[in-house]
Amino acid sequence: MLHDIEVTVNAQAYTMTIEPHRSLLWALRNQLGLVGAKEGCDDSECGACMVLVDGQLVNSCSYLAVQVAGRDVTTIEGLAQLPDMHPIQQAFLAEGGVQCGFCTPGMIMAAKALLDRNPDPDDEAIRRGLAGNLCRCTGYQKIIRAVKVAAQTRQKG
Amino acid sequence: MTVHRYFAPESEAELASLIGRHDDVVLVAGGTDRVVSTRRGQKPLAGTLISLDRVSGLRGLSVGDDGSLVVGALTTHADIEASPTVVDSWTALADGSALIGSPATRNTGTVAGNIMNASPAMDLGSPLLVHGAEVELRSSGGRRQVPFGELVVGPGKTTAQASEYAAAVHVPAPAPGTGSAYVRLQYRRAMEIAVVGAAALIVLDDGIVSEARVALTAVGPTCLDVREATDVLVGQALSADRLDAAAAAAEDVARPISDARADAEYRQALVGTIARRAITFAAERARGRAVPVPASEVKPITNGGGA
Repeated sequence: MLHDIEVTVNAQAYTMTIEPHRSLLWALRNQLGLVGAKEGCDDSECGACMVLVDGQLVNSCSYLAVQVAGRDVTTIEGLAQLPDMHPIQQAFLAEGGVQCGFCTPGMIMAAKALLDRNPDPDDEAIRRGLAGNLCRCTGYQKIIRAVKVAAQTRQKG
Repeated sequence: MTVHRYFAPESEAELASLIGRHDDVVLVAGGTDRVVSTRRGQKPLAGTLISLDRVSGLRGLSVGDDGSLVVGALTTHADIEASPTVVDSWTALADGSALIGSPATRNTGTVAGNIMNASPAMDLGSPLLVHGAEVELRSSGGRRQVPFGELVVGPGKTTAQASEYAAAVHVPAPAPGTGSAYVRLQYRRAMEIAVVGAAALIVLDDGIVSEARVALTAVGPTCLDVREATDVLVGQALSADRLDAAAAAAEDVARPISDARADAEYRQALVGTIARRAITFAAERARGRAVPVPASEVKPITNGGGA
């Protein structure tokens, strides 16, 4: 059984025809070709699939695609204003907060959700904000520093 | 089994009528448990899938005229954790919600989802038990309120009828001098499930315990009410000796199993310690001393906190 939904993704309107059991992650990657959000564990443990729905951080692998009907989704592809990267992306690059890169889209979306709520987080708040994101290259120190730098850049800007 | 019909009702009347009309209904709120367990093949999304996320009026926290807390079924753990009202007066609930998953999990996971999935490790179960909460079930035929302990009766099992949905949780007003806390044994600070958990509610009247409830999480098929803890604590100051007796009562009630997270023996060995921490933190809060939420992340008080 297929279901039609209308959704806004990265400020662009889409109509999707989708089976109700499909996850938002599956729909983004396979129907819209937005492959920035990653399937790591497919179990909502690792955070590589994180996106924002109506500004709220969610694991898109355990969020039903049909439930985003009429809502506003932001993925990692929606952050950059080309040719410029988003300040959080710039900070991850500058601070070496990226190793293999697989966890990065989720880390950056979690960082965005955190900084939108708390523009000046301390280390503890950053750790809590990224608590649902795993990096298997063990790069947490640099990731935390990158979020700090992004916060400082934002406050200056 | 595949999904044959999908509905996203916007009103409770529409929801009740849909549930009444179909006999193969699966309700999904935030989906954090359900979607994952479906993919693992544990719980199929059945013929009629009904999403609750658009039903209006089911999300939010309010305090009734009688001072009781009403938690709408679709209230998220992030809503509870961020509510000064809950943190002040029903603190164990905030302790529980603040521990669930990660920020993303708490943004989508709901109170009704936590309850109706009926996991023995549910972090809201013991807090709801010690606060004497009732769950309001509604259907097209009417409504009823069921004490939490009579609703959740086994792993994944509730006494709700197929035609009913959870609409709200009602938590009585705490007496003056109440403190409550929920603490769990966990191996890491995020994306964790309780290995052993305990909640306590303590009411102090001039230094004497006038009311006490203790409940345990993840050491039985449901969250367990430690009734004997009430008997050993009420009517006296909270001395080391009374704490020992309450911890022993908790150990008597626990009947843990072995699973991926811990052996039964290990869980049993930790029950007394975790129960003691919950009681101690609850008493600290009853004395008006600040214990940050979630209490699980606060260094345990080892001397009982002093009288």
